[in-house]
Amino acid sequence: MRRLGGSYDALIESLHAAQEAFGYLDDEAMLFISDYLGVPRSRVFAVATFYSYFTLKPQGEHTCVVCTGTACYINGAGAIRKRIEQELGIKSGETTADNRVSTLTARCVGACSIAPVIVVDGELVGKLSPDEVVQLLMALPKGADQ
Amino acid sequence: MVPLGPTRASIHVCEASGCRSLNSEQAVDALAERLTEAGVTDVAVKRTGCLGVGLCARGPLARIDESGEYFEELTADNLQGAIDALAAVEPGQQPTGETSEFASRQLRVAMENFGLLDPEDLNDYLARGGYDALQKALHEMTPGQVIAEVSTSGLRGRGGGGFPTGLKWTTVAKAAGPDGKYVICNADEGDPGAFMDRTLLESDPHRVIEGMAIAAYAVGASEGYIYCRAEYPLAVKRLRHAIRQGEREGILGKNIFDTRFSFEVDVRLGAGAFVCGEETALIRSIQGGRGTPRPRPPYPALRGLHGRPTLLNNVETFAAIAPIVRNGGAWYASIGTPKSTGTKVFALAGRVKNTGIVEVPMGITLREVVYDIGGGITDDHPFKAVQTGGPSGGCIPAEFLDMPLDYESLAEKGSIMGSGGMIIMDDTACMVDVAKFFMEFCVEESCGKCVPCRVGTTHMHNLLAKIAEGEATMDDLAALERLAGMVKATSLCGLGQTAPNPVFSTLRYFRHEYLAHIEDRQCPANVCPVAQREVAGV
Repeated sequence: MRRLGGSYDALIESLHAAQEAFGYLDDEAMLFISDYLGVPRSRVFAVATFYSYFTLKPQGEHTCVVCTGTACYINGAGAIRKRIEQELGIKSGETTADNRVSTLTARCVGACSIAPVIVVDGELVGKLSPDEVVQLLMALPKGADQ
Repeated sequence: MVPLGPTRASIHVCEASGCRSLNSEQAVDALAERLTEAGVTDVAVKRTGCLGVGLCARGPLARIDESGEYFEELTADNLQGAIDALAAVEPGQQPTGETSEFASRQLRVAMENFGLLDPEDLNDYLARGGYDALQKALHEMTPGQVIAEVSTSGLRGRGGGGFPTGLKWTTVAKAAGPDGKYVICNADEGDPGAFMDRTLLESDPHRVIEGMAIAAYAVGASEGYIYCRAEYPLAVKRLRHAIRQGEREGILGKNIFDTRFSFEVDVRLGAGAFVCGEETALIRSIQGGRGTPRPRPPYPALRGLHGRPTLLNNVETFAAIAPIVRNGGAWYASIGTPKSTGTKVFALAGRVKNTGIVEVPMGITLREVVYDIGGGITDDHPFKAVQTGGPSGGCIPAEFLDMPLDYESLAEKGSIMGSGGMIIMDDTACMVDVAKFFMEFCVEESCGKCVPCRVGTTHMHNLLAKIAEGEATMDDLAALERLAGMVKATSLCGLGQTAPNPVFSTLRYFRHEYLAHIEDRQCPANVCPVAQREVAGV
């Protein structure tokens, strides 16, 4: 924010910075950004809700983004989503009851050459079968440091 | 790892996203460690971007420069082959030419440095003639001459629109901009199934920045932005790094190469909105707002960012600029077809053996791309269709495999060149489901500003879902076609205007599949819910 100065132009960059720091955008962060940049609160909220990259919900300890781009769709991303729903009991955008894993979907992460792709805690993993994905998610430690 | 003495052999290991996700970093470190342990002092282990050989699925990849040998699936405990091959390299050895069909059919212009430089090292880029074109433009050419070369080259917008680049530059150059002008690089590669821009930015970021600087000089701009997707952290990191290096060396910033020309460039992050690839929405987004398009005209070339004249080009368009300035527009125009000159980068993915980035001359046939370069269909299934142009494009069926790939031929067949995503589909794909998939994408990505797109896409998706469930009638199909025509004609921006394209093209070539769902209540490819119902005996 300091780098870009207080202006509308810095709004999206600021939201990115806040989400990177806290994992999600809570009201407090958005109010702070609104005051700091001198941008109306409605505008901050409008922008935060427009872009799918921003989330207003706290995330679990681990995040798993399932890519649903065309190449992943052709190579079986749907089956991966189904298996995650069955095994972990959570739909896209939800977090497991023990707060261990959140799953999301992305439109395309641009790693189509190794489809189907998931992104676990920011790391790309490709070419997995639904079983391997579930194994990987089940093996994620609980209570570990992020 | 750089050798202490003279270099006898050097190995480049891919560090683009695909290979990194398969742990290429560990492989590089382990290789350097093993060589050090063995007391080898005349081998260089270098990181590079994508090697562009279509073996992304079998990464991490490495290539020995002197012998031209490739190594697949390089892991910490699978290094012996590469180490032995490095030991066998004779001093002064030269590679004996490309071996794979994937590489030999290609013609590299935008990708000419692929696999030969470290994307995080400016010196590597300079050593390969980097920024020479910018120097040439600044010292030997007037802005008008630069634009003339670009016009002569016949280069057209590589983001998919195919608008003549020279014409766009001329418009911005002529526009009055008393407060300054902007150059923006559109790196918001939103098409699902496309990864050309990502690979270019990760493998050769300076090339894109150089193209932008030349463009800025030609149109009279002094500030630029690269609008990049937040989903591409590695590309963003390498771009920022490249900009910092350029500023340190006096290649970017004030008084470049001791001339009066200044160019400041900065990266702006998108946040996962497909519509931001539309130029007016992108400009809104750079200004920190919701990415909703506005009616054109006025075009951004006259009134763009902050109301000033703005030149917007795609990553790949900028990547072609330096070679055009270096070798002349006529050279570029001699490649490809008369109306679609030069080369195009495609991203091969889907049900094809070799996946990855390819750069081919315009006018190459689809068959050559799929079978010669792509190696054919996974598990040798029958080819069904290729989808180009993402959610705005269409499907090309097998009967047109021998058509040339250029803007006009693709448009004639009801698809578009698009940004270069190419998804190969085989008999396991159901075209109704494909149309539904793209429509769902458009529903989610519609910004909601105009009614035809916001409401129309939702209705079309509902109708497609009904067909897939096996509960539709012929009236529903007629309604779908009516609606598609209306959305195409009345939407505000390109997203809505092209959203019905996947429906049009699947109906045009695969109408029988729709009819099978409607009349016979069957899904020939066994994908849709209607097929599951059969099994359940409902």
